[in-house]
Amino acid sequence: MIDVLVIGSGGAGLSAAINAAKEKAKVVVVSKSKLSNNHTVMAQGGINAALGNVESDSVNKHIEDTLKAAHGLASPDMVKLLCESAKGAIEFLDSCGVVFSRLKEAKEKIKSIAQRRLGGASAKRACYGKDFTGLRIFHSLLDCAIKEGINFLEDMLLLDLIVEEGKVKGAIFFDVKEGLIQELWAKTTILATGGFGGLYLNESTNIDLASGDGLVAVLQNGGAVSDLEFIQFHPTALKSSAILISESARGEGGYLVNSDGKRFVNELAPRDEVARAVYKELQEGREVFLDLRHLGKEKLLELMPQELELARLYEGVDASCELVPIKPVVHYSMGGIPVNEKMEAIGFENCFVVGEAANAKVHGANRLGGNSLLEIIAFGKIAGKNAAQKAKEIKFQNPNQSHIKKAQSELNHYFNKPIRINFYSARERLAKIFYEYVGIIRDEASLQKALIEVKKLQNQFEFMGIMDKSRKNNANVVDFYSFKNLLQLAPLVIHAALLRKESRGAHFRSDYPNEDAKFNYHILLKAREEKNADKN
Amino acid sequence: MQIKIKRGDEFKAYKIEKAKLLLEALLEIKHNIDYTLAFDYGCKSKVCGTCAVRVNGKETLACAHRIKDGDEVEPLRYEKHLKDLKVEQASIQKIAQTQGYLHEFCEYTMDAQDEAKNDIQSDCILCSSCFSACPVLEVNQNFAGPYALTRAYRYAVDKREANAKSIIEAVQKDGVWDCTLCGECTLVCPKGIDPKSDIMQLRNISAQHGYFDPNFSNNFGGFDPNFTF
Repeated sequence: MIDVLVIGSGGAGLSAAINAAKEKAKVVVVSKSKLSNNHTVMAQGGINAALGNVESDSVNKHIEDTLKAAHGLASPDMVKLLCESAKGAIEFLDSCGVVFSRLKEAKEKIKSIAQRRLGGASAKRACYGKDFTGLRIFHSLLDCAIKEGINFLEDMLLLDLIVEEGKVKGAIFFDVKEGLIQELWAKTTILATGGFGGLYLNESTNIDLASGDGLVAVLQNGGAVSDLEFIQFHPTALKSSAILISESARGEGGYLVNSDGKRFVNELAPRDEVARAVYKELQEGREVFLDLRHLGKEKLLELMPQELELARLYEGVDASCELVPIKPVVHYSMGGIPVNEKMEAIGFENCFVVGEAANAKVHGANRLGGNSLLEIIAFGKIAGKNAAQKAKEIKFQNPNQSHIKKAQSELNHYFNKPIRINFYSARERLAKIFYEYVGIIRDEASLQKALIEVKKLQNQFEFMGIMDKSRKNNANVVDFYSFKNLLQLAPLVIHAALLRKESRGAHFRSDYPNEDAKFNYHILLKAREEKNADKN
Repeated sequence: MQIKIKRGDEFKAYKIEKAKLLLEALLEIKHNIDYTLAFDYGCKSKVCGTCAVRVNGKETLACAHRIKDGDEVEPLRYEKHLKDLKVEQASIQKIAQTQGYLHEFCEYTMDAQDEAKNDIQSDCILCSSCFSACPVLEVNQNFAGPYALTRAYRYAVDKREANAKSIIEAVQKDGVWDCTLCGECTLVCPKGIDPKSDIMQLRNISAQHGYFDPNFSNNFGGFDPNFTF
């Protein structure tokens, strides 16, 4: 039997898997698509650790910066745990062979790692590998996981968790290659399924498959999710393709200028502030550009070759001598499945959550650049070790019955129902609704409008189904379930945004533009729109 | 504009209205014309390594290829073909074969120059383009292939590796000596990595560890005096 079932093959899943395997657990990593199809590979800027390699820094300053950006909604204990784990996380990555950019002068071990400043940081704190930090982290973790003999299963779509009397006993998947529903029984399960930026589709830096599958699985089993209203917009995505241009571009000295050629914001303020400032310029009819020209081609090639290539390929500009047109787009879901300090999902046994899927209360209302790569590594380790430990305590944990039947009849229903509406068009409609009405700036009227429009789509869902009828290698099934999940999460995000009648971090209400101390709590939501507030 | 996509044994033509990049064209087809078209994609920005295909006989990432009228699109070669443009990559098995990972971490000091030794190699996105372009795989499916050897090189020259010898040992059979140094892998790499050069370097390091080209001994040292034409 599997000791630790890890669902998700991004950095969070692999960090958990490797650490569980080091505890001698039998680990299986399951991925919705190809293993490398995740957001860790897309992370560019860096991973935070107050090493002080370049300038004076301290764990306390890292904690302060993180809490400040979180606007009162991060847990000081969890932030302390995160920041204190940072050095260990870098040492772990170093031991896996991650190629970091190094300082010119030779130094011992991680003291030689170069560091750069990202937004909201009081020091040069982000360790990086050019602007391929996440890519390099993922691949070294993958190599390390191969060394540990971890088993991988690709193209496995999560349909549901297997839950009996509050105990999670594995999960049910649609095996895309074989076209079959499969149960994987496990002593412990780790959800590392990522965020739900797919709600905004092409107005997001996320892959289309980012549909909060872990959140929906928890909701389906009576669990709660929290802080969904806090969706981070990244200030600098390419204008025509929404492809991410890393914060490191500003960290290394890049400017933001409008079509009058004027700078209009402190480029290294936290992302929520910069994104709103960019949005305001666009609303007032001016274009916004990232200006890297003064940095010089040589420096750009050394520090951010990827940004240069992306701007050239997808925007048709040479960033070393031309302005790069940008816009803010959705980047990260701060909210997720609430976990405790062991990364256990609140309300479930033998189930852990890590990464963007989790709400470990370290980002609060706004995440700092460089803290998510840190979270996946540091908290991935905690999740992996605890899951392996827990698995040792469990002798036998087979489900009392097979849970395939329900999933199978649902799948058959979606295959066989008459279809009148193309769900891909509905998915685009959903993204438009969210970008327009649940965007950087919201208000009561826009959110109510979004709710009505989402309800319409939910009613139309009856006329949507799986259009490709083939059994094997049917990606249409994956796209359909992803859309179904997003449509399930959509009203919860809107409800959370409606309930929070204030502005805080990434959640900005034009009708309540100020932060209000009475909302100093997390909004927890369950399925069927049952609401209550957790006043922690 | 019209592009052709290999489906089953035949190419099927599709009229493309809006798309400029191949990935956009594939999505246009899948969302509007034929929902059954199978292909993988993810980041749309050249880092997830899932959308590599062959266009007019040359490997490329669908997210980075500008389509031209008459383009012929096929799946990658030598991987297990699943459907249309979708293949199952052998990357886990191939990396396990060359043991392309850090074997034994050691104390070290490092500077920017040390890092430069395996800087570009660590940008590999595992798209398998080089694998599909490699003529050796056509005759020897056990050959490790370019990216897995580049991985081995990337760790073997890392200052943090205390046991490079075990990596070198792993690339002897169906590895460095089976490469023909044709350079097709280098030509198709979307990240500018040069596996051919990495393989040549691995041969040099192999020699330093006392390994030599088994073919060399067969061709010359193993010359059969009774052999006649």
